[in-house]
Amino acid sequence: MLVYVARRIVYVIPIVISVALVCFLLVHITPGDPLVAVLPADASQELAAQMRTAYGFDRPLPVQFGLWIWRALHGDLGASIATGRPVLTEVLRAVGNTVTLAIAAALIGFTLGLLFGLIAGYFRDTWVDKVATSVAIAGVSVPHYWLGMVMVIIFSVQLNWLPAVGAGPGGSGSWGWDWEHMKYLILPAITTSVIPMGIVTRTVRALTGDILSQDFVEALRAKGLRELDVFKHVIKNAAPTALAVMGLQLGYMLGGSILIETVFSWPGSGLLLNSAIFQRDLPLLQGTILVLALFFVTLNLLVDIAQAAIDPRIKRG
Amino acid sequence: MAVMSDTALQAAPITKARGYWATVGRRIVRDKVSMVCALVLVLIFASALLAPWLGLADPYQGSMIRRLRHIGTPNYPLGTDELGRDMLARLIYGGRLSLIIGILPVIFAFVIGTSLGLVAGYVGGRLNTAIMRTVDVFYAFPSVLLAIAISGALGAGIVNSIVSLTIVFVPQITRVSESVTTGVRNMDFVEAARASGAGPFTIMRVHMLGNVLGPIFVYATGLISVSMILAAGLSFLGLGTKPPEPEWGLMLNTLRTAIYVNPWVAALPGVMIFAVSICFNLLSDGMRSAMDIRN
Repeated sequence: MLVYVARRIVYVIPIVISVALVCFLLVHITPGDPLVAVLPADASQELAAQMRTAYGFDRPLPVQFGLWIWRALHGDLGASIATGRPVLTEVLRAVGNTVTLAIAAALIGFTLGLLFGLIAGYFRDTWVDKVATSVAIAGVSVPHYWLGMVMVIIFSVQLNWLPAVGAGPGGSGSWGWDWEHMKYLILPAITTSVIPMGIVTRTVRALTGDILSQDFVEALRAKGLRELDVFKHVIKNAAPTALAVMGLQLGYMLGGSILIETVFSWPGSGLLLNSAIFQRDLPLLQGTILVLALFFVTLNLLVDIAQAAIDPRIKRG
Repeated sequence: MAVMSDTALQAAPITKARGYWATVGRRIVRDKVSMVCALVLVLIFASALLAPWLGLADPYQGSMIRRLRHIGTPNYPLGTDELGRDMLARLIYGGRLSLIIGILPVIFAFVIGTSLGLVAGYVGGRLNTAIMRTVDVFYAFPSVLLAIAISGALGAGIVNSIVSLTIVFVPQITRVSESVTTGVRNMDFVEAARASGAGPFTIMRVHMLGNVLGPIFVYATGLISVSMILAAGLSFLGLGTKPPEPEWGLMLNTLRTAIYVNPWVAALPGVMIFAVSICFNLLSDGMRSAMDIRN
């Protein structure tokens, strides 16, 4: 097991370096001067040159990349051009809110997905299966930002039950574990949960169907096992793949939250990314993408290791 | 013996056994869900294509005194938007750009990804490692993040949005194409073609492409749904189409402010995205099960 973990970690290193390179280059394919956003329109040439040196934009690209990586390794992602605050502080604070949202959504989406998937796979081709499959396909096909709008229309505009935007009363950006704050979490969490719900349902349904059609299930039944015990075997066999899919979905929720966060003005990493893009705040853009991508890579690594821990066959493969 | 084989020949059916694709085609035509989806898609495509000849109102012509009319207003069956433009006309005209920016990336990625995967899978060795490790790097980004990062860096615009989505989908299709190709590469008929002196290009084009295209095609059809949602999503964020073009994602964005005045008109463009996306998903599912001959 240790050897497997070590091998997986070594394999991740080149990926991490390449990811950093992509994040770095992404910002340098940007048309236009990165300082346009901060310099006053009537800034003198001198001031512009001064700023360029201050931000290091005047050096050759490989040098900039080297310096950027070196500082990043020391926890310094530079300062936001728009606010002047350290990028890392801004990103980590925002990521905290995104994690809250993603975990709430995962609780809803994974629970429902596992439930629907197991039932649909077990009662294949019955009406229960048809209902569950329809819900799942709607879940994976719905433009979630639109669903968010519809939720706001129904629950905020029409019924006036839940707040439409923000993460807390009085526009507070910080999260608290009370009903006043919870109210703000409900709509974005349900909206975010729809895609993972659909994907987990579809995966688990297919897995359950496949496993039930295998010979060993026949053998278990022939041995006289009760259906409930047969079901335990099904769950055991479906677990590694289901786990991998859920891990990936959690990663997508963390990294792909920009649309939902924009709809609900949820103060997470997605909203931060949005403002970084439109204010052309390049250090912030680079930093946010890097942190989110590294989150995703780490999560995938953890899922691989957890998968190997449950299913010894994977280690050999 | 000779007599027996003669009778066997006579007893053989005169019609040829149906080929693989004909069987798949028959199975899909019999699938009601797939056919309904295909019909809905044909209707949406045809209306978008024929929009100028349908006698619709001008989708760009606004009117300050007719803003945000409700659904069912006389002359405005689906109401008007925040600038008083006819929603029905904008939704139908909107199909043009929305479908183009949603489907083109998948077509581009299909061509590029299939070729890359075919070469990687067939040639193998270092070339395979180089291509597939590059693909891995893109897998380190969640697709929404990658699309938005590239679009955000390139700036808003239709072309940039198509480019960024193509970059998002190429790695995914390359992976599918590579794994299918690797599975086919060592089969006897490829070996036979090689033994008979066919060069690598001939083998890839004539003997392998037909055998790998099916699964990749089904995968790509499923991607169209994701692509439609993402493309409209980029416009929704302000990274795709620019006003005043009618496009579903952008319409959702500009109508967001109207949800307190006329909520259901504001939600209409999303219904179109949803309809196209779910139809492509169901059609892709239908094709997959039709091509799965084991059933």
